[in-house]
Amino acid sequence: MFDLTEDQVSIVEMVADFATENIAPHAAAWDRDHHFPVDVLAQAGELGMGGIYVREESGGSGMSRLDAALIFEELSKADPTIAAYISIHNMVAWMIDKFGNDEQHAAWLPGLCSMESLGSYCLTEPGAGSDAAALSTRAVLDGEHYVLNGTKQFISGAGSSGVYLVMARTADTGSAGITAFIVPDGTEGLSFGALEAKMGWNAQPTRQVVMEDVRIPVGNRLGEEGTGFGIAMKGLNGGRVNIGACSIGGGQAALDKSIAYLKEREAFGKPLISQQALLFAIADMEIELETARTMIWRAADALERGTKDTVRLCAMAKRVATDAGFNAANTALQLHGGYGYLSEYGIEKIVRDLRVHQILEGSNEIMRLIVGRLAVER
Amino acid sequence: MKIVVLIKQVPDTAEERILDPATGRLDREASDAVIDEITERALELALSVKDGDKSTEVVVATMGPKEALKSIRKALSMGADSGIHVLDDGLAGADLVVTASVLAAALRDTGADLFIAGNESTDGRAGMLPAMIAEHLGLPLLGSLVAADISAQSVSGQRATEAGTQDVSAAYPAIVTVTERFAEARFPNFKGILGAKRKPVSTLSAAELGDTGQISSSVLEVSQRPPRTAGAKITDDGNAAAQLVDFLASRRLI
Ligand SMILES: Cc1cc2nc3c(=O)[nH]c(=O)nc-3n(C[C@H](O)[C@H](O)[C@H](O)COP(=O)(O)OP(=O)(O)OC[C@H]3O[C@@H](n4cnc5c(N)ncnc54)[C@H](O)[C@@H]3O)c2cc1C
Repeated sequence: MFDLTEDQVSIVEMVADFATENIAPHAAAWDRDHHFPVDVLAQAGELGMGGIYVREESGGSGMSRLDAALIFEELSKADPTIAAYISIHNMVAWMIDKFGNDEQHAAWLPGLCSMESLGSYCLTEPGAGSDAAALSTRAVLDGEHYVLNGTKQFISGAGSSGVYLVMARTADTGSAGITAFIVPDGTEGLSFGALEAKMGWNAQPTRQVVMEDVRIPVGNRLGEEGTGFGIAMKGLNGGRVNIGACSIGGGQAALDKSIAYLKEREAFGKPLISQQALLFAIADMEIELETARTMIWRAADALERGTKDTVRLCAMAKRVATDAGFNAANTALQLHGGYGYLSEYGIEKIVRDLRVHQILEGSNEIMRLIVGRLAVER
Repeated sequence: MKIVVLIKQVPDTAEERILDPATGRLDREASDAVIDEITERALELALSVKDGDKSTEVVVATMGPKEALKSIRKALSMGADSGIHVLDDGLAGADLVVTASVLAAALRDTGADLFIAGNESTDGRAGMLPAMIAEHLGLPLLGSLVAADISAQSVSGQRATEAGTQDVSAAYPAIVTVTERFAEARFPNFKGILGAKRKPVSTLSAAELGDTGQISSSVLEVSQRPPRTAGAKITDDGNAAAQLVDFLASRRLI
């Protein structure tokens, strides 16, 4: 389990080549200019990154959750923001593959898998974040259509995506009254808020998604009425593993930069790496990242096999990996001294980008809530 | 149409490349082995023909040690259909004459319409091999092209020379070699990577090819390139430009 197969080694190598050539050289400028590189995402789509664990018969790459984690770690070494967006996109594509019918597969997956069309996951609302089951966006059946009204908050990709996967309320029965819908871009009544100004993740847009009497055909309902919350949470299991892998990639990049920097930078007559306090800092980063990676791989394996403790392991892995990645990046900034604080060295961007991984896809407090409850219920 | 691309596995130019002073041969452990960039461009040219006409068959051929299989697999993952690996411990250290005759033997019965190679490689560089193979196989060679047009009946292309541009063409079968002016190779996609293992690779020894050619040249000595010495400094006292021109002219750089 802990040795990569030959195929996985080749996959990682390809993704590393792609990310090194087509993402890394531009990451700083995209961050500065708040540019969302949809052309580069389409290139990633051509290579199979739009539907990594979407089944082959649906047009996906048919790969495993572990493959996906390896891919996201590698992409994130070049740019956590782009990697994380691709991870959200994959979550949407997988949900349609897993819970959609044949017509929905045929209508939406070819575009999503090639990334010619992008996906957004719309769960959070201004009044419902961690407590997502309290969402209030309404969907009312009207003949052959549903009419949607409500506002989604913090939606990644909003304004650029072709497909909005919206969780809306069809009954006032808490989480059991939530249904998932596919809302295509361009539908009348669908609009977007202003681009949010953020600490990081600047190379991908975050906006409100506003629905005012948005009419969509009944055929755009994903699964049955009332199954939407379950679908959203199942998507998030994978999302958590992937966002964790993104944190490890960012943290690893920060660690690698730190090692190189400490070997080169001299103070008190010798390279900084010969200060044992700093060597220990490097050791702790290495240990925490490897521990997190091990946990991510284990959760990915549970997800792949659909084991009983999938939810618990995915939540644990998300907490461990997003903390490890952020801590490594933050330590790397410290190890770079004043230079770490300058944009030019590429460290402060990693810190800013990885910070939000501790908040979204279920905050790390919510991960503790899940793990804690399962622990005491046992 | 059937196209055979000659690929070569070389040490990554992005890393330090080391010759073993004892044998005069490449230290293959010292750096990662990759497909030579120019032969990757040759492969890209063949694959672009296949993009336009799916019935095109692309075969990659290489002579090299066991590890060269990795480069063949990479080429297969990018889209080539099959591979030919000339693998024989007896060929270690083969010189150009032997390499050309063994490779020609391996290529002779492939029934290819077109062979594409790089004009020279980034490691041991003579730029002679394709011409020698052309001679063995009695094929026309369109060497060092900067552009090529591969049609169903013939291949034509352009070659830049010191005096101008030559337009060249040949009927099939023919050999062309490409330069760095050709498009960079594509990345393999996931499906390509996962499917590469199922594609056939035939492994041929020198004996099977009926060619156990004697290696008749050997490296006598390898010496380290002397360290760089400080360059000449020109202080501008009014005629620096003239001195600079003299300097460049004396080294035949202008
Ligand atoms: C840049 C960005 C992109 C995002 N992208 C998307 C997206 O694409 N789609 C989407 O649906 N959402 C997205 N989100 C929303 C994100 O998932 C939420 O912000 C997150 O779930 C937290 O919700 P909240 O912000 O409302 O915080 P709240 O739920 O109000 O929480 C505030 C604080 O209280 C803590 N807390 C809440 N409840 C508990 C509890 N019971 N016990 C202990 N602590 C608790 C939280 O952990 C947090 O620290 C994004 C957010 C950001 C910042």
